[in-house]
Amino acid sequence: MTSGMRRTGTEKTMKAVLLISALASLMIVLLIFLFTMKEAMPAFREIGILKMLTDTTWRPGNDQFGILAMIAGSGLVTLGAVLLGVPLALGTAIFLSEVAPNWIVKIVRPSIELLAGIPSVVYGLFGMVVLVPLVRMIPAPGNAGFGLLAASAVLAVMVLPTIANISEFAVRSVPKGYREGSLALGATKWETISRVILPAAKPGIISSVVLGLGRALGETIAMIMVIGNSVILPAPITSNPLSIFLSRARTLTGNVAVEISYATGIHESALFATGVVLFILIILVNSSARFLMRRGVN
Amino acid sequence: MTAEIRMRAVDYSLFYGDFKALNSISLDIPTYRISAFIGPSGCGKSTFLRSFNRMNDLIPGVTTSGKVLLDGNDVSKEDVVNLRRKVGMVFQRPNPFPKSIFDNVAYGPRLHGTKNRSDLAVIVERSLKGAALWDEVKDDLGKSGMSLSGGQQQRLCIARAIAVEPEVILMDEPASALDPVATLKIEELMNVLKKNYTIAIVTHNMQQAARVSDYTAFLLTDENRAGNLIEFGPTKQIFTTPSDSRTEDYISGRFG
Ligand SMILES: Nc1ncnc2c1ncn2[C@@H]1O[C@H](COP(=O)(O)OP(=O)(O)O)[C@@H](O)[C@H]1O
Ligand SMILES: [Mg+2]
Repeated sequence: MTSGMRRTGTEKTMKAVLLISALASLMIVLLIFLFTMKEAMPAFREIGILKMLTDTTWRPGNDQFGILAMIAGSGLVTLGAVLLGVPLALGTAIFLSEVAPNWIVKIVRPSIELLAGIPSVVYGLFGMVVLVPLVRMIPAPGNAGFGLLAASAVLAVMVLPTIANISEFAVRSVPKGYREGSLALGATKWETISRVILPAAKPGIISSVVLGLGRALGETIAMIMVIGNSVILPAPITSNPLSIFLSRARTLTGNVAVEISYATGIHESALFATGVVLFILIILVNSSARFLMRRGVN
Repeated sequence: MTAEIRMRAVDYSLFYGDFKALNSISLDIPTYRISAFIGPSGCGKSTFLRSFNRMNDLIPGVTTSGKVLLDGNDVSKEDVVNLRRKVGMVFQRPNPFPKSIFDNVAYGPRLHGTKNRSDLAVIVERSLKGAALWDEVKDDLGKSGMSLSGGQQQRLCIARAIAVEPEVILMDEPASALDPVATLKIEELMNVLKKNYTIAIVTHNMQQAARVSDYTAFLLTDENRAGNLIEFGPTKQIFTTPSDSRTEDYISGRFG
């Protein structure tokens, strides 16, 4: 065998190894989906997919397994997290990329990265001792502090690193020429940011928000600790529609985590079905992020 | 031929931190004329040009001494927004915004307070005509400025600059990224523009300086790499009977 042939051989082996590792992650995702799906099948078959998705009553003792209340809980808490978290994260990103002097960036950016490393149970504890008592101070009958608002606030901080990081990158990637072109026309720094830089960075910013959404939908333990966990369709507790955020709720993730340890039979299968719904939701969210990012490149 | 003076540098030096990039330059930019800055790469042409609209303010650590004057007033004392409205700039790489052709040209007027759509339409048309681009784009002003060819993009940037009716237009190697045909168009355009605007252009292309400019400044670095003005005068004189032997060496292609 010549050395040339040997090198071609190594090349081929390397390619195969890399291909296998790449395929492995795909296989794992598929396996997880298939096994969850398999366990969920009895529930889907006996209760019916449509019935599960549209029924608001979850009462396992009565064989009632509607998950619409949890879908609404997950949806609303995520919406709240976006409303609270996106302005904060975007402000942070703009501050770090356009305003802050280098030495401040060197302090702030690592602390944001640190946020990403805090275990979610610690966020839950923080929410219980700080945010829940704060929310409780809002005067409204039946407001216990535990509920969507406290949970959204916790989530807003949890998704901050994702959104701030990717948005900052998007803002920094805006070509220097746009900035100079705008300033040379007599624009102030803020006019340049709002009229040229942010519009140019929009695709990246949108995908950062969508990735944050995915993270928020999947969050479990911190939600269980502050959201109150009642299986009710969230509704305003006063005449003000915004008071819907003072309502208790339960998330899809929380539903599975709270009940799986004792569930059996069709109840257990219904929890797996909850997992499948969550899985599909997150795949949808993440692939839309990828789609938006690709559209931003072109 | 004595012309009025629009801009003037007086004993002007500029430092990037400790590094002196411009050494005590004094020079007059005559009104409604084209003044070209030539010299080898790194001699400070861009730095000098950017002193006229204070773009160097954006770079941390830049300090200056001496003065730059616009219509007799020290530009460092002027509101920078106002200054840049009066002294526009066209960059080396065409840099239209990722917006429509219309919004590119309307960008400056909008900043400075024109909101009315029909007023803007008038300004956009006038500016695109002034930049010799109107006929090529008038049917689709909603198209992205980025979809134009390089030469068209550069003329769009010129239209964007004249839309705010500046007194001076600074151009930093405006044709160096363009093909010869597009370059010729820009040069022809400059000849028209100088009727209404005072133009200062940086170029490392000596034929270009000779073709388009009325006055030429030759800059060169000294032994400390600081840019010095060697000679400034009517272009014809600089290219035929330069008074400094270094100018003669440079224009005859002996170095640079
Ligand atoms: N932002 C900057 N920071 C530090 N030095 C710079 C900067 N910009 C330019 N210089 C230096 O200043 C000198 C003049 O640069 P420049 O004005 O770009 O020259 P030219 O346009 O004639 O090629 C060069 O030595 C260059 O390295
Ligand atoms: Mg230059």
